[in-house]
Amino acid sequence: MNTVISDTLVRVRSLRFAFGPRVIYDGIDIDIMRGKVTAILGPSGTGKTTLLRLIGGQWKPDAGSIEFDGINVHQQSRSELFELRKRMGLLFQSGALLTDLTVFENVAFPLREHTRFPESMIRDLVLMKLEAVGLRGAADLYPGQISGGMGRRVALARAIALEPDMIMYDEPFTGQDPISMGVLIRLIQGLNQSLGLTSVIVTHDVEDVLKIADYVYVVSGGKVLDHGSPDQIRNSKSALVRQFLNGEADGPVSFHYKSATTYEQDLMAGRA
Amino acid sequence: MQSRSLELLVGFFVSLGIAAVFVLTFRVASLDSVGDSGSSYKITAKFENTGSLARGASVKLSGVRIGRVRDIGIDPETFQAVVTMEIDGSRNNIPGDSNLKILTSGLLGEQYIGLEPGGDPEPLKNGSEIAFTQSALVLENLIGQFLTSFTQKEPSAAKKSEEPAEPKADRKIDGPGTAPAK
Amino acid sequence: MSFLTPAAEGLRGLGRASLFLLTILATIPGALLRPRLIVQQIYSVGNLSLIIIIISGSFIGMVLALQGYRTLVNFGAASSLGVLVALSIVRELGPVVTGLLFAGRAGTALAAEIGLMKATDQLAGMEMMAVDPIKRVIAPRFIAGLIAMPLLVSIFSMMAIGVAGGHAIGVELLGVDDGSYWSQINQAMHGGDICDMLIKASVFGLAISWIAVYQGYHAAPTSEGVSRATTSTVVVSSLAILALDFVLTAFMFR
Repeated sequence: MNTVISDTLVRVRSLRFAFGPRVIYDGIDIDIMRGKVTAILGPSGTGKTTLLRLIGGQWKPDAGSIEFDGINVHQQSRSELFELRKRMGLLFQSGALLTDLTVFENVAFPLREHTRFPESMIRDLVLMKLEAVGLRGAADLYPGQISGGMGRRVALARAIALEPDMIMYDEPFTGQDPISMGVLIRLIQGLNQSLGLTSVIVTHDVEDVLKIADYVYVVSGGKVLDHGSPDQIRNSKSALVRQFLNGEADGPVSFHYKSATTYEQDLMAGRA
Repeated sequence: MQSRSLELLVGFFVSLGIAAVFVLTFRVASLDSVGDSGSSYKITAKFENTGSLARGASVKLSGVRIGRVRDIGIDPETFQAVVTMEIDGSRNNIPGDSNLKILTSGLLGEQYIGLEPGGDPEPLKNGSEIAFTQSALVLENLIGQFLTSFTQKEPSAAKKSEEPAEPKADRKIDGPGTAPAK
Repeated sequence: MSFLTPAAEGLRGLGRASLFLLTILATIPGALLRPRLIVQQIYSVGNLSLIIIIISGSFIGMVLALQGYRTLVNFGAASSLGVLVALSIVRELGPVVTGLLFAGRAGTALAAEIGLMKATDQLAGMEMMAVDPIKRVIAPRFIAGLIAMPLLVSIFSMMAIGVAGGHAIGVELLGVDDGSYWSQINQAMHGGDICDMLIKASVFGLAISWIAVYQGYHAAPTSEGVSRATTSTVVVSSLAILALDFVLTAFMFR
């Protein structure tokens, strides 16, 4: 199914994961290439965030394997897993900034936890990262005092503080106004090019991500529907992918959530 | 950051807590010595019966506390109780022939040692032994005394039971003679 | 099968809480290397509880003195007022009332803070930054609770017996002799009583901190989940304090 790509950083093989009876992934294969921007597209509720947490080793798959740089993420001891996580950053949808620390201290947090750098060096590094996301001026503010979009940029600065090999973005564009969206897109692209970062973007925001992605996976119903370059995806033969890309309300993916009874039955039941 | 003031406040809290532990152990538990420690001297006395006198009980002169009971032991030869008391060093002119009584403060109160000064010009010193002592009143003995005298002759019973009541004169509570009657 | 479920759920909860405690205990040596974080937490559970503890301690001591005096004066034993206040405070009311107040003041704050950190992905974020949230967030709060409780109980007892409580009412207002107030206490009590008080305080501190961080860490990541976690922190730790108090008193009674 998948094309053979050399230099794969993350290799997901026949991954199966379920929350109780609800199957999220039913055997998917995904390859994330080193130094490229990979987008994982899919409608809401298909467990895209779950995939990132599986890659990060927070949750364990029911079957299948996930390898990061040739190391099976789920066969590591806790300390080995932590070492592995230092090489990946995850940008939460909410930003997940520590609300009791200033913006500066938030970015300094991973440095203070994992390095023994002197204070002056930490200061320089933090200011560099904040400058990169354009928020050096907000260093002394608390997360509660800045907007959601700025918070996400701070989180990005924090994620790159330890200079990881890969950054995973969870819905980075949701709830952003066009300007901050533009800023974020430029940042992701910029980081990818200047630092050689591998980026994984999980989103349902089709148009914006197709602009910057090098490779796209479309995931729905626990399966990979299609994958390829943005152009290949745009011309996909799959009806589902086309419905998703064009934003049609009805198609293979139903507008209505599955119900055991018909609409008429429900209405009549109320009268009886 | 304001870490300095934070540390200061936490330091204040912790030292307040530790101070509280010390206050409690020293004031509540009887670990402190009499008043200004350091200057005090020890005297001993033998009693026939110490009742419920406990270590740490007060030694009072005219109702004022001048010392504490440090130790209660037994004389191996006479089988009398030997009470060691620690007297405040500033009370250094107590006559050597003073006598001691074991008294009770109030009906339900604690037992303490009452010191009645004598007339000897020679004062008590460290290691002195007081010869004149009166034991604690034991309720059962009193009742027994009262009952035996009561069956013999009524007026003498009253006299006999009033006798041990004398040391209690400093209290408004009636003498123990009435206690068994309750 | 279904009637077994509540019991099984209860057992499962107890098991999870116990494993959680073991996990915390395992991280404590590492957490002790960061005294700064602990100091910060002592401030928020200790210093911030100080006012309520001082005020409650004073009032409870005063009430005990008033009530006790009325009864004791009938027997001419008003000089034993100190004993009554000190015994009640040191043996029972000090640890128990402080524990209940601590659960309400600091326990709920802990549970809500940790629950919110979980709901806003802060804990998950830490984990993804290869920082163990149990070691970085939970253990310092747990240790701070353990340290703060005995100190707060001692302050409470000191206020209730001495400074502003029983002493103020008994000696200053009702005219019990200052000397006999203290000497009676001295005779009725000894160092062991203070030790027992500190043991009770430490056990309660452990129980409250454990319950609070467990409730917060296992709260459902919603506003309802957090509010439920704070409520059960108060309910469960109050019950735990009263039950533990009985067990400990029975042991110390000998």
